[in-house]
Amino acid sequence: MTWTLVFALAAGAYFFKVLGLVLIGDRSLPQVLERCLGLIPAALIAALVFKDTFSIGQHLQIDARVAGVGAAVVVAWRRAPLILVIVIGAGVTAAVRALS
Amino acid sequence: MIEALRDPRMRSVVTASLTLSLAVGVFGASFGVGAVTAGASVAQACVISLLVFTGASQFSAVSVVGAGGSTASALGGALLLAARNGVYGLAMARRLDGSIGKKLIAAQLTIDESTAMAAAQTDPVAQRTAFWVTGCSIYVFWNLGTLLGAIVGTALDPKTFGLDAAFPAAYVAMVWPLLGQRRSLLAAALGAAICISLIPFVPVGIPILCAALAVLVGVPR
Repeated sequence: MTWTLVFALAAGAYFFKVLGLVLIGDRSLPQVLERCLGLIPAALIAALVFKDTFSIGQHLQIDARVAGVGAAVVVAWRRAPLILVIVIGAGVTAAVRALS
Repeated sequence: MIEALRDPRMRSVVTASLTLSLAVGVFGASFGVGAVTAGASVAQACVISLLVFTGASQFSAVSVVGAGGSTASALGGALLLAARNGVYGLAMARRLDGSIGKKLIAAQLTIDESTAMAAAQTDPVAQRTAFWVTGCSIYVFWNLGTLLGAIVGTALDPKTFGLDAAFPAAYVAMVWPLLGQRRSLLAAALGAAICISLIPFVPVGIPILCAALAVLVGVPR
């Protein structure tokens, strides 16, 4: 590991993080763009759920996580508090993993 | 900010942030161990977590270096994973306020968890508070975890406790309130479909970026 890599990584990661905030800033945008920007969280968070549940790297994989996240979906649907959804998601995954 | 924390709705944000942060801390420790194993010094491991602060990129860079890969390939793979934070920034720009200095700090905290927790709130004040609470608590635990893992050299395996599923579980609950609107539901379904169908075919990091194309369902009036 070189310090060059450490700082290049830091600069690159921060570049992306700041890019979106600065690019948009406070300026007013056409309605259609505003509508699209408003949909970013729904599109990306849903994608994260599927990626984190069904894949490892470039491989699609069904394992204990599916049971845990499935249980999380049920308790989220029953409007359980967020902390409970997290604990049940992890707990069911751990239990299924231990048993299999 | 302190005022906003007294809001009873923030209690669930704070407890959930701390729970997620504990999981993040365990992953941070495993990053610290992985970094040192890959040849990083304790100082390097800690500086990476302090400055880069985006887990997937850090794990990717360390695994490439550990496998004997070049600096360029470590950097390329890691930055591909970091690019989605730029998309989060586009979404958070509208929700954050304050001076340019405050925004430059907010940028460093713009990651999956803080963006998702903010998006799950209904009004702008709650969104901002949720962003800062989540971002700060995860920052603290990620870095403490890294330090501990790098020094001690062994860490708990997060998978034993199902912690790898803690994040998608949390995101389920965070995206839930958004799905009530038809257009958001459509964007979510399309984003998930794009991501999962691309995963086997393109390098990691790209499927999530492509999922952002699902926001185009916002184009028709």
